[in-house]
Amino acid sequence: MSGRRSRSRQSMSPSITDEQINDLMAKLQAVLPEARLGINHRVSAARVLQETCSYLRSLHREVDDLSERLSELLAMADISGAEAAIIRSLLM
Amino acid sequence: MDSENSACGNPNPNPTLGPSKLMLAFRFLRALSLVHRTTPASSRTCRGRRIERAAYASMAYSAGTGRGWSRAVLRRLHHRARRRAVAPRRLSTTAGNRAEALRQLVPGGAGMDYCTLLEETADYIKCLSMQVELMQGIVDSSSSYGP
Repeated sequence: MSGRRSRSRQSMSPSITDEQINDLMAKLQAVLPEARLGINHRVSAARVLQETCSYLRSLHREVDDLSERLSELLAMADISGAEAAIIRSLLM
Repeated sequence: MDSENSACGNPNPNPTLGPSKLMLAFRFLRALSLVHRTTPASSRTCRGRRIERAAYASMAYSAGTGRGWSRAVLRRLHHRARRRAVAPRRLSTTAGNRAEALRQLVPGGAGMDYCTLLEETADYIKCLSMQVELMQGIVDSSSSYGP
């Protein structure tokens, strides 16, 4: 199995089964955007980890960028109007 | 300057259910208003950093203390006098050692066993992408209200 080669565990417990790892990898693959790995694709564990790291970095960057943009928006206007719009859209 | 903590309220009593979008939105918007009210207009960078901390704080509070990553985020926030940012910055991936890179990207990842790390990562990604969606939504709505 391709997963075996790329696993690099720090503390290895003898009770971890390949099945458990595959299961967790599948769950991880499920939260990654489809564009990154394709749907219903058998992807190697290494690839899943690689895409996960890449996705996490981009998410952190987005939070950073969006925080700056929100900071600018706050400077310009009060956000109470936007708050109402968001809450309305979430309730629908 | 614990505005993010006081604005976010009590942790989620049901960590296994995961944060609802609405709860996340309420917490974050509350924190955002507080930042808006209490940060002088002149310190834009400071406000950006406070907003970023509010984002991670509301994420972590919504996820509750049942998750390793949320506990790590809250610990980091409470000790933030020593740290500049909550999220780890871009770190290079050493060849073939991707679990190590993942540990550095997920809060609290360094101390987790491999299985826990994978579980926590999946949950962290879910919450983080929800937070990003929320912030993007606010930016988009605010743009239509802009001057």
